[in-house]
Amino acid sequence: MGESKTDVWQGTLALMVLRTLEAMGPQHGYGIARRIEQTSGSQLSLNYGTLYPALLKLEQEGAIASEWGVSENNRKAKFYRLTPAGRKQLEREARDWRQAQAILARFLEPTEDAS
Amino acid sequence: MRILRAWAIRLLGLFGKQRREADMAAEIDSLLDMHTADNLRSGMPQEQARRAALLKLGGTEALKEAYRERSTAPVIEHLMRDFRFAFRQLAKSPGFTATAGLVLALGVCASLAIFAFVDAALIQPLPYPDPARLVQVTETSAEFRDANISLPNYHDWKRMNTVFRSLDVFTGSGFLVDGPTGAEPARAGRVSSGFFRTLGIKLLLGRDLTEADEPPGGPHVVLLTYGAWRQRYGGRFDVIGRAVRLSGEVYTVIGVLPEDFHFPPMPRAEFWTTLDSTGECATRRSCHNLDAVARLKDGVSVAAADADMKTVAHELEREYPDSNRGYSASVIPEAEALNGPFRPILMVLMAGAGLLLLIACVNVASLVLLRAEGRRREMAVRSALGASMPRLLSQFATEAVVLAAAASALGLLLTRWATAGLKALIPADMALQMPFLLKLGLNSRVIAVAALLALLAAAIFALTPALHLVLSRMSEGLTEGSRGSAGRAWRRLGSRLVVAELAVAMVLLAGAGLFEKSLYRLLHVDLGFQPDHLATIVVGAPNVHYGSNQQSIALAREVVRKLDSLPGVRSAALTSVLPVSFNGNTDWIRIVGKPYHGGHIEVNERDVSSDFFRTIGAKLVRGRYFSDGEDLSQPKVVIVNQTLANKYFPGEDPIGRQIGDKKLSPKSLKTIIGVVDDIHEGALDSPMWPAEYHPFNQDPGPYFEVVVRTSQKPEAVLPELGRAIHQLHSDVGTMGEATMEGRIADSMTAWLHRSAAWLVGAFAVAALLLGVVGLYGVIAYSVSQRTREIGVRMALGAQQRAVYQMILRDGGRLALFGIALGAAGAVIAGTLAQSLLFGVRSWDVETLLAVAGILGTAALLASFAPARRAASTNPCDALRME
Repeated sequence: MGESKTDVWQGTLALMVLRTLEAMGPQHGYGIARRIEQTSGSQLSLNYGTLYPALLKLEQEGAIASEWGVSENNRKAKFYRLTPAGRKQLEREARDWRQAQAILARFLEPTEDAS
Repeated sequence: MRILRAWAIRLLGLFGKQRREADMAAEIDSLLDMHTADNLRSGMPQEQARRAALLKLGGTEALKEAYRERSTAPVIEHLMRDFRFAFRQLAKSPGFTATAGLVLALGVCASLAIFAFVDAALIQPLPYPDPARLVQVTETSAEFRDANISLPNYHDWKRMNTVFRSLDVFTGSGFLVDGPTGAEPARAGRVSSGFFRTLGIKLLLGRDLTEADEPPGGPHVVLLTYGAWRQRYGGRFDVIGRAVRLSGEVYTVIGVLPEDFHFPPMPRAEFWTTLDSTGECATRRSCHNLDAVARLKDGVSVAAADADMKTVAHELEREYPDSNRGYSASVIPEAEALNGPFRPILMVLMAGAGLLLLIACVNVASLVLLRAEGRRREMAVRSALGASMPRLLSQFATEAVVLAAAASALGLLLTRWATAGLKALIPADMALQMPFLLKLGLNSRVIAVAALLALLAAAIFALTPALHLVLSRMSEGLTEGSRGSAGRAWRRLGSRLVVAELAVAMVLLAGAGLFEKSLYRLLHVDLGFQPDHLATIVVGAPNVHYGSNQQSIALAREVVRKLDSLPGVRSAALTSVLPVSFNGNTDWIRIVGKPYHGGHIEVNERDVSSDFFRTIGAKLVRGRYFSDGEDLSQPKVVIVNQTLANKYFPGEDPIGRQIGDKKLSPKSLKTIIGVVDDIHEGALDSPMWPAEYHPFNQDPGPYFEVVVRTSQKPEAVLPELGRAIHQLHSDVGTMGEATMEGRIADSMTAWLHRSAAWLVGAFAVAALLLGVVGLYGVIAYSVSQRTREIGVRMALGAQQRAVYQMILRDGGRLALFGIALGAAGAVIAGTLAQSLLFGVRSWDVETLLAVAGILGTAALLASFAPARRAASTNPCDALRME
């Protein structure tokens, strides 16, 4: 547990969860958390206390659905999967995010003409 | 959309909590297991692996809490908990709940019941299409604010105005209809042919009147009301085109009016036909006998129409100075014309009900305060345990909402019966003139007002204890026996509320007193005759058989002789209009030998039989009464009343002088043979007008009103009168049997005054009770707070007398403030309602003193009980109490 790890930024967690589920297929909460940490190159620390309410919110909004199943280690676990609505939400939010990123990037580029 | 869905699920999350908790626990478990297993695989020892997993989780409880917050709606959950708690709290003190709830429910019920009437009368539109464009058009003169119009004037108005899409006139009339027991009088309306189209009435059957029906000499046609069609003609469809006999003449039925047709100025008319355009009155421009209703053109305002009609009237005045001098015209909305007379009384009642509601609210607020005071400890403890101020306040608010909502719902329920009860109090005859009663009921507006009242009450009940809570420092409650500033502050607030209550009670009591007194004055107006032991009946005979002078005189003589001979009847007489009916049916006179400037000398004109004055018990001032032999073969004679004599013959003897019509045409001249003391011809509250009385035999007609003086109760002969007349002639109609005193007591004027007196009286009694209970509450509370102080005083040697005095002085001071404040309010209220009072000024000292006395006595009685409790305090117990 590194002290220098960044907390997940507000508002991006949902996008990460949706993307993770899209990439991995149905997954349980622990798996999602691990995957997010791995994908970030262990630069993000994900508190379960943040993840679970986020999952619940996405489920209430209909972006994901859950169902009890058995994990790879034969443990009972709750699996979350992307719904069609969630897929659309992911596309939309990913696009928005890229756009925002591109705009911001232009601001952060070093200015070329000094005069 | 997504957010809506999430909220819906969260709201659903209020249910099935247990299953969800288990689900969550299982998920956390599985998470921990997986994490621990991973940690083990990466080489951690068993203990550490589990610990690391738990650390990463950040505490199970915190996670569960976050999860819970998200899975339901916490605000609503708190609210529901508060509601449950409020119900429990209210149920725990049933005495408080029942008292507060009932008091408030009664206040709400009174206000809503009156509002339902106001709504029906003043807010709901008239039952005709596009009612806002309907107006009443009247002639106006110095004597009459809204005089009837004459037929020639109507024709000119119709031609000259530029503002009405249509202008039509109507007047009341009557027919004698063949019934199972001989001729029955039935009311009828005579209208210009466009009348029903102006109102916007679509006929149920047949056709409407048209201009082709109007010319005199054509076949008579008649429309039936739905009621007449059903009752008189069995509701048969083939009645259209049938010939019926009305007053001995043949009429063809051409149509039937719809069931919901109702025209308040003539509520009982069963037959509707065209105007009489050939009679003497119809051709005389000065014979005012029609009412007009018009529909405005689009975009024309009432004010514009009024201005236009005044111009038209002015032109006519120039053209026909003889008949139209001093006559203008006026246009007002039809709704105002029909319901206007009820507006002031409804406003007074509304104000009374509002004040009662105010008292009820104040009373309940002080009860709520008292309770809040008793719960200071509880609040302090809850606050110390971490309840935030908003949470505590929301607790009060929910209790207030529960109480106010329940009480208002109960009040609304009671209103159903209250309105029905009030409606039943209105005599059927009068109810017919109040078309708005048909629309009386609990409609959406009434319910909206109920909701508004509930909201207002809830706000009051929530804010008073909240204010109290904020004012008093929370910590104080914890210290045992603290009687600090909070107790005093509340006592001050409570006292002020009680003063307000008593003041309002005083206003209502004074109002009731004024109405009562004005009713008494009204019923004891000097009538100029003796109304006891008089029975009356109205007689109408068909023109065809009784229309000529000789026939009318013969019929009148027969009727008088027949009734005279009835057992129990001492004398019988007749007049054209019974006394205490209305000022109207006037004549324009001119006095021989007096300068004349062309103005109108307008006097009440009555045609009476020779025994009339003796029968009703009038007083002859000078001269003599008529004799039966004075008929058209004799010189014309007239008797005038005292007012006429005083006004037009000041300081002279009018006997022997002559009066005539405006031109003093020789055949109109008549000699004054007597002066009679003023007989009250107009309504009870109307001023006395000059009046002239003609011998019936010199101005006979087939319609007259009979009065008989009886030796026993007049009620006993009532049924005999009609029977006796029918024995004479079965084709003569009779109606309106009533005793003179009954007629007076049931007159619209008396009824309006009586209902005002009773209803405001009922409000006042309720207000008095509530106010006194409120005062008792405050004094009792104050005594309970000061038990220790009183104990000390008594231990130091204060006498019981002194304690009594102290407490009674407290109560007396509050009562005095309330009474003084209320007296001022009463005078203002009385001034506002002055137009409803009769013979009483708003500052009637007698009434104010009497009412103050009642209120003061009641207040003293209310403070006496707590004073006695204080005075009988045992000093030892009092000192040991805390």
